[in-house]
Amino acid sequence: MKFGVVVNEGPYTHQASDSAYNFTKAALAKGHEIVRVFFYHDGVNNGTRLTVPPSDDRNIQENWSALAKEHELDLVLCIAAAQRRGILDENEAKRQGKDADNVAEGFRISGLGQLIEAGIQADRLVTFGD
Amino acid sequence: MSEDMEEGGTVKKFMYMNRKAPYGTIYALEALEVVLIGAAFDQDVSLAFIDDGVFQLTKDQNTDDIGIKNFSPAFRALGDYDVTKLYVEKESLAERGLTQDDLMDLVWEDEDDDWAEKPSIIMVSRDEMKKVLGDQDVIMSF
Repeated sequence: MKFGVVVNEGPYTHQASDSAYNFTKAALAKGHEIVRVFFYHDGVNNGTRLTVPPSDDRNIQENWSALAKEHELDLVLCIAAAQRRGILDENEAKRQGKDADNVAEGFRISGLGQLIEAGIQADRLVTFGD
Repeated sequence: MSEDMEEGGTVKKFMYMNRKAPYGTIYALEALEVVLIGAAFDQDVSLAFIDDGVFQLTKDQNTDDIGIKNFSPAFRALGDYDVTKLYVEKESLAERGLTQDDLMDLVWEDEDDDWAEKPSIIMVSRDEMKKVLGDQDVIMSF
């Protein structure tokens, strides 16, 4: 089956990203396809490479990045939601005149159309959040 | 799952569930942003308003004193984007002391009927809402 995954909450405060990660990993292990993981609302905060969790805790961003690398996952941060929350890639930082960018490896920034497209392409769109 | 082919593309029934008050959190505003972008994809779109989500449609919203933009006028534009089905749950309104008279008068123009103005708001009971939701292909919940 083809799944689209939506993550609507930030890391650590909320379990949504952990659950989405575990779901995605399990679905892939069962041979399902993940057409895209789309991060919206505070979910875009999962995609900053500047998070530094305590060493005895999981690193949610690195987990996603590693999973993306292993399975060529498409991890998309909503551009409008990301800009509001200070999540920028190199191009956006330049375009907005900001002095830094922070998008982690394996994530890319794109528009909300990518969420709709995932809904169209997937057999099931699964949302994680409140 | 109903999937019709139209102009070479898939048309699915998309439902945007609005469950939260318009202010206090950003969910309602960012949900509306998805609806407006999604309108460009020519899907069969509906919106549902349940729980505190019904407050999103109340008329005469005034946010001057909280310094947050009042985005409720954008709901009036939905008809122009062919978003014409806004299901409002009766019980959610009643539980909050509201009636349909407290909601904006939202309409759309039917081009197949000499551009007659028709109401966009469809009042449904909790049981009817279950059926509406069961009918959908894609549900996004905010």
